[in-house]
Amino acid sequence: MKKTKSSIKSTRTRNSLQYHAMVFPGMVFLILFGYLPMFGLIMAFQDFIPAKGLFGSQFVGFKHFAYMFTLPDIGRVIRNTLIIALGKIILGMLLSIAFSILLNEIRLKFLKKTVQTIVYLPHFLSWVVLAAVAMNLFNIDGSVNQILASIGLEKINFLGSNNVFRKLLIGTDVWKEFGYNSVVYLAAITGIDAGLHEAAAIDGASWWKRVWHITIPGMLPIILLMTAMNLTSVLNAGFDQIYNLYSPIVYEVSDVLDTYIYRIGLVGRQYSFGAAVGLCRSIVALIMLVSANKITEKLTNQRIY
Amino acid sequence: MLDTKSTGSKIRNTVIHIIVIGLGLACLLPMINIVAISFSGSAAVSANRVGLLPVDFTALAYKRIIEDSQFWRSFRISVIRVALTLVLNLVITVPMAYAMTRSKGDFPARNIYMNLLIFAMLFNGGMIPTYIVVKNLNLLNSIWALILPGAVPVFSVILLMNFFKGVPKALEEAAIIDGASQFQVLLQIMVPCAKPSIATVSLFSIVGSWNDFFGGLIYMQRVEDYPIMTYIQSLNIDLQELVKNAANSAALENVAELSNRNLNAAKIVVAVIPLLIIYPFLQRYLISGLVMGSVKE
Repeated sequence: MKKTKSSIKSTRTRNSLQYHAMVFPGMVFLILFGYLPMFGLIMAFQDFIPAKGLFGSQFVGFKHFAYMFTLPDIGRVIRNTLIIALGKIILGMLLSIAFSILLNEIRLKFLKKTVQTIVYLPHFLSWVVLAAVAMNLFNIDGSVNQILASIGLEKINFLGSNNVFRKLLIGTDVWKEFGYNSVVYLAAITGIDAGLHEAAAIDGASWWKRVWHITIPGMLPIILLMTAMNLTSVLNAGFDQIYNLYSPIVYEVSDVLDTYIYRIGLVGRQYSFGAAVGLCRSIVALIMLVSANKITEKLTNQRIY
Repeated sequence: MLDTKSTGSKIRNTVIHIIVIGLGLACLLPMINIVAISFSGSAAVSANRVGLLPVDFTALAYKRIIEDSQFWRSFRISVIRVALTLVLNLVITVPMAYAMTRSKGDFPARNIYMNLLIFAMLFNGGMIPTYIVVKNLNLLNSIWALILPGAVPVFSVILLMNFFKGVPKALEEAAIIDGASQFQVLLQIMVPCAKPSIATVSLFSIVGSWNDFFGGLIYMQRVEDYPIMTYIQSLNIDLQELVKNAANSAALENVAELSNRNLNAAKIVVAVIPLLIIYPFLQRYLISGLVMGSVKE
């Protein structure tokens, strides 16, 4: 039968088969570790018992979801997640944008390169490592407190105080990422027409005016795109960082969705309840991503995915 | 007028330099601190007397690491994990990305696959169902539990796709006229052209799997099976206990409990060295990759 088809058609089928073969290995893993867990979310509607499996466990409808909203914990966890994530996003963006503008003013090639090399580094290090660095610096007798004491200020229990721990989380995250995140802004600044700056300078515009009226408007498309992109991670307050720095005394201000799901669902083996919280989280994240994508497409003609 | 302007700009320039250098130091000094701790005597470390320079200089901590069999076991597990993850990621993402850049006419199923990929990026089953799947596949306590769940990094597929789209069609057509199969086009034309983006994707894979501690934490039940970051994380917990107890500062008197801090610092330094070795490449490829990945058509 194949012989009757035109040669173009048969090449096409052959090619198509080769393409299927190229995609096949990836799809196997995507189904196993991407789609199978999605199917496993059924357990959120069951009293899931691992020994009985998804097909043997009893269905309980929305029991775990209803239970979730009766817990006082969940409000606290959502509030912490949003405060920590938004703090990181807003302060992180402000610092990276400011840093890229300032760095662009540095004319000494050597200095510029050196600073870039240093500030990009923390991004590539694990929170496991940076948490140890932070704990050495911020413990009650650490270097930071010694500096505070030496200038006559009171020592602060950064890691064990409900008043400052969240600020420490936000601050150290901004510290880790501002350098790396400034890369895209720096690229945007380099793309701005130098003639605009020269013309403005000749007209007597001060540096501030030029930054405000030329540099920042020139960066605006990238700033909008990054805002939309970053806002999609508003439910992701940074498990690795928090898990490595927090302790029960600061759960009140630092327990977030992911740490909560991990502790209650996985360590506490309340699989169905944990999956229910996780499902809510994933659905909200999906909605945010899709809408952020729509908005950026409208505003900047670019897409997140 | 001209004078005041130039003094003004001089001041501004100085302030900018101070801020930029200050931010640079803010990133550098904490790193120097941990290196200094690793080279200091335990008494000085316990008393928090170490700043930027080692106090009572000693390389004893590093000597003790050499003899620490668990440290090297974890280190080896991580090296193997990184190597296997890298190979698997490349074998999967490169052909997949290539097939995904074909037109719908050439590859009718392309859009179905693409939607499956995108959806897996936007939505996931979450921590617990994934854990149950890994458990049911009998992967617990196996190194494959650290490798297989991350086999398809969708972001890398998209990054490679963006690059493949930029390869001139003429190259490919010439090869096809010469009778090359699609696999040959991929291996002999696309891969050599895409070296920089393959490097980017490789580095993402290496850094990600070297730095991950969570996989080891949930999938490995015995410390002997921990990859390096999970192992170091288990040491950090001791440090965390210490911080907690610091409120009642009696704990600080207990030097024996504290004396491990310089050893732990040394372990951290050694665990970071592989990343420092590839750091020049990270700077070159990941940073260009970041710009490439964020500006999509």
